[in-house]
Amino acid sequence: MVLTVFIINRSTDLLASIMLTGIFSLLSAGFFVLMDAVDVAFTEAAVGAGISTILMLATMSLIGQHYERRPTRHLPLFAVAIVLVTGSLLVYGTMDMPVFGKADTPVQQHVAPRYLNQSMDEIGVPNVVTSVLASYRGFDTFGETVVIFTAGLGVLALLGYRRNKQQESNHAMPAMSSHKILRVIGSLLIPPIMLFALYVQFHGDFGPGGGFQAGVIFAAAIILHSMLFGLSKTRQIFKDRSIYLAAGAGVLLYGGVGVVSMFKGGNFLDYNVLLSDAVSGQHIGILLVELGVGLTVATVMLIVFFNFSARVDHQQEEKS
Amino acid sequence: MSTIVELLSNLLLLLGSFFVVTGIVGLFRFPDFFTRMHAVSITDTLGAICILAGLMLHSDSEWLVVMKLFFVLLFSLLTGPAASHALAKSALHCNQKPLLGDDINANTNSGD
Repeated sequence: MVLTVFIINRSTDLLASIMLTGIFSLLSAGFFVLMDAVDVAFTEAAVGAGISTILMLATMSLIGQHYERRPTRHLPLFAVAIVLVTGSLLVYGTMDMPVFGKADTPVQQHVAPRYLNQSMDEIGVPNVVTSVLASYRGFDTFGETVVIFTAGLGVLALLGYRRNKQQESNHAMPAMSSHKILRVIGSLLIPPIMLFALYVQFHGDFGPGGGFQAGVIFAAAIILHSMLFGLSKTRQIFKDRSIYLAAGAGVLLYGGVGVVSMFKGGNFLDYNVLLSDAVSGQHIGILLVELGVGLTVATVMLIVFFNFSARVDHQQEEKS
Repeated sequence: MSTIVELLSNLLLLLGSFFVVTGIVGLFRFPDFFTRMHAVSITDTLGAICILAGLMLHSDSEWLVVMKLFFVLLFSLLTGPAASHALAKSALHCNQKPLLGDDINANTNSGD
């Protein structure tokens, strides 16, 4: 992995760098599987080796493939010295820390045993990662969802959306009409991919999965469709209004579950009070918030991809 | 009986790894983009089939695991050739011409 990072840094060919970043993400995912963290590995593989690579490739088609190294005017010795000193201080600081994974460290004493021991009784969900993510640490996940939503808003604000309806209709996109094989296989595969995304979403309680991974997979299916059949066609099917609405609805669903539990007498995002039985309340709470997360993630990925590709199309139109 | 199955599964796994490694050797040694891609796609697909078959035999006939592996295999068989087809098509689109035998003969003749 270190070798990969080194080559990424030194290479001037952006395509090679992008591919190497994908490989780095895949290696990290394998590393996480070795450490028994399959949920994280799943998300890393889907987002890092999948969506990030596609988005960076779209960016690269905008800015060109080769990166010229501008010659530096002076050797940055002072900066290197500061970095070395700070880095060595940090490494010296970590030497005091306990051995990774040891059972009697402070980090494993406080809440981790409680979560592990009581998760099955209090929440009744086999996958402890989901129970910690969605219930015990529901605030943090809410924050993550809002961050993702804000990222989508940022992309929309920066890249904008050109409402040129004439441009869209005149813009003949025979891009993949001659690629019958790919279209056939693509239309064969896209529904199962979406089905798999739904499976991952609702099966997050029992195995690796949950809202984030499911949203990314669903967005990947739609991105595949747009690559095969043309961006304008996909945008006709998945209208912008509905995508924006769904993104907001996801965050609203998550926050709404919290507010409803406040109205029912508990704290914010306290799922115990949602239904008459505490454990069923936890189940329905986790289901709803994971649905909100999946909705937001899928739609924000689509927003980012559509805006990037619209820029690419626009630039190509300007050239021709 | 189970030792035969175990032996077969280990053999298939080894065979699959061997195919993948030969594909990588081909990736480095072949002279042209199209020949390299041909090598990798064929050996990758065959290697994937062998490795997944070996894993299926390894799973002690738990039908759920076998079915899941089978679906992974099906998916990989569908997407692997499609991906190499897409690569070849985009290379042709970018005017990357395959290196033909006449070109090699011309090069060696002119080198002599």
